Amino acid sequence: MNGPHKVWKLGADVDTDQLAPGAYMKLGLLEIAVHCLEGVRPEFAAGVRPGDVIAAGANFGIGSSREQAAGALVQLGVKAVIAPSYSGLFFRNAFNLGLLLLTCRQAPVLEEGESVNLDLSTRAVVRANGQRLDCEPIPDFLLAMVQAGGLLPQLKARLRRQEVSA
Amino acid sequence: MVSQLKAPAQTLAQKLIAKAAGRPAVSVGEIVNCRVDLAMFHDSSGPRRLKPMLEELGAQVWDKSRIVLVMDHYVPEQDDDARRIVRIARQWAQEQQLPHVYDSQGICHVVLPQKGHLRPGLFCVGGDSHSPTGGAFGAYMFGIGSTEMLGVVVTGEIWVRVPETCRMRWQKRLQAGVSAKDMMLHMIGRFGMNGGDYQAVEFCGEAVQALSMQERMTLSNMSAELGAQAGLIAPDEVTRAWLAGAGVHDIQTQGWHTDEAASCVTHDFDAAELAPQVAAPHSPANTRPVQTFDGTPVQVVYVGACTGAKLDDLRAAAQVLRGHKTAAGVRLMVAPASRQDQAQAEAEGVMQVLRVAGAEVLPTACGACSGYGGSIPDGAHVIATTARNFKGRMGSATAQVFLASPYTAAASALRGRITDPREVLA
Repeated sequence: MNGPHKVWKLGADVDTDQLAPGAYMKLGLLEIAVHCLEGVRPEFAAGVRPGDVIAAGANFGIGSSREQAAGALVQLGVKAVIAPSYSGLFFRNAFNLGLLLLTCRQAPVLEEGESVNLDLSTRAVVRANGQRLDCEPIPDFLLAMVQAGGLLPQLKARLRRQEVSA
Repeated sequence: MVSQLKAPAQTLAQKLIAKAAGRPAVSVGEIVNCRVDLAMFHDSSGPRRLKPMLEELGAQVWDKSRIVLVMDHYVPEQDDDARRIVRIARQWAQEQQLPHVYDSQGICHVVLPQKGHLRPGLFCVGGDSHSPTGGAFGAYMFGIGSTEMLGVVVTGEIWVRVPETCRMRWQKRLQAGVSAKDMMLHMIGRFGMNGGDYQAVEFCGEAVQALSMQERMTLSNMSAELGAQAGLIAPDEVTRAWLAGAGVHDIQTQGWHTDEAASCVTHDFDAAELAPQVAAPHSPANTRPVQTFDGTPVQVVYVGACTGAKLDDLRAAAQVLRGHKTAAGVRLMVAPASRQDQAQAEAEGVMQVLRVAGAEVLPTACGACSGYGGSIPDGAHVIATTARNFKGRMGSATAQVFLASPYTAAASALRGRITDPREVLA
């Protein structure tokens, strides 16, 4: 993963209504992304840069099935979310949309604005001072999905293969 | 269940997943591919997102007979964006000649079983987080996002990690004026919004068996707020009788239960001891017994949503409000969860009781629950029968939303302050 990545720090229980507020759900992803996290970090959507990462507390992404919650972060270029736990539904949505989620018990030690590197081969978040924060394993097929850019590109490839073999 | 004679002891969740995976048994933790029996989605999560992706793929729907489309989020259309979204859904349904489309008939989780689409043993997905509601019928059902739904619609398959099962065993019986909503708020308060850890929860025990089908649906529905993937209840005679009323006959209940020797965690609760519960702003996990909030003024009472405006919820509210009027300064809004429930509530005189009490009857749709319709004034104290009180969810960032049962919401409407319904019913 091309680092280093700047950290945006959030608290626990960041819900899908904060990531993709209901009032904007009838709009497209571009517009929803503008309002991403405006209730908790009003400066986030305008200030986040491609490659930045989010470090959050437990239960990230609780609430709705709306995948725009993960989609808004992808749209804004967020490289990964690092948190001790996620809503299971959000977890599936994120990988389906190509957003990497790292389950990391020590995520709350990360500080606002610091730079980290992500070492997927050893499943660790590496801080500038060399400290390594271990992350839980991710099944290979989910890592492959993120690396392919999500489920849609994978389905495309699968259908192409079927065409070729037909 | 002949094929399971020699299988190891399994939980209900394992049995349902094994059947969908075409296996005699599955182990907790393994990732398996399942054939989907039914895929449900609505106007917000469905066609407007699926249609462009299907076109991009150049792919066809795998099996139209296994798809149910419900228009419930943006109806009735309030502006041009809503009209556009609902128009996409209607046009797509027509283009595809979908056989199962329910337009403005009510909220998907309530309409789905009422139209006879659920039965024990099915493996189902829904494009909505409250899809675990289907677990009340002994079906494995969970919510997924639109891209994952695209995968199902194209392939008819989905992966799951076989979950652990956590049994919530409720002994004895609930007191009058205490309901499934109170049980659920209590469990969410105790275990937290992610306490279910995306595993399967199973509700059992005497108090659960004594619940009506729609009350059971409330338990399964709010498994979402518990963070569980599925919220299951073993089917029984109550299930059989209710489904027969929906035109579903010859269901198989035998075998669809957790084996005695299966490995799972069990938590015990005493239903008779449970007081009505209220969740304070801004999380369903901020739950305390109603007396903690006794006297807190409320200006808006919302009886709505798949969680809290089914026929049995409307009956509960009417039981409290019968012969009374709401307090001065209280706005009581009632949005029945389905047309069918509303019609039955009309026939029973329940709607009349609510109207005489001062209720404003809103369309049967998701409405104000998710900030899609209705108007919650800024700064208002709201008590709602919905599932979530996240800050800003109902449309106003300054509204203070409390969650409660229909009994408690109705009692609070009468007094203009949060009230224990047992005081009114006594």
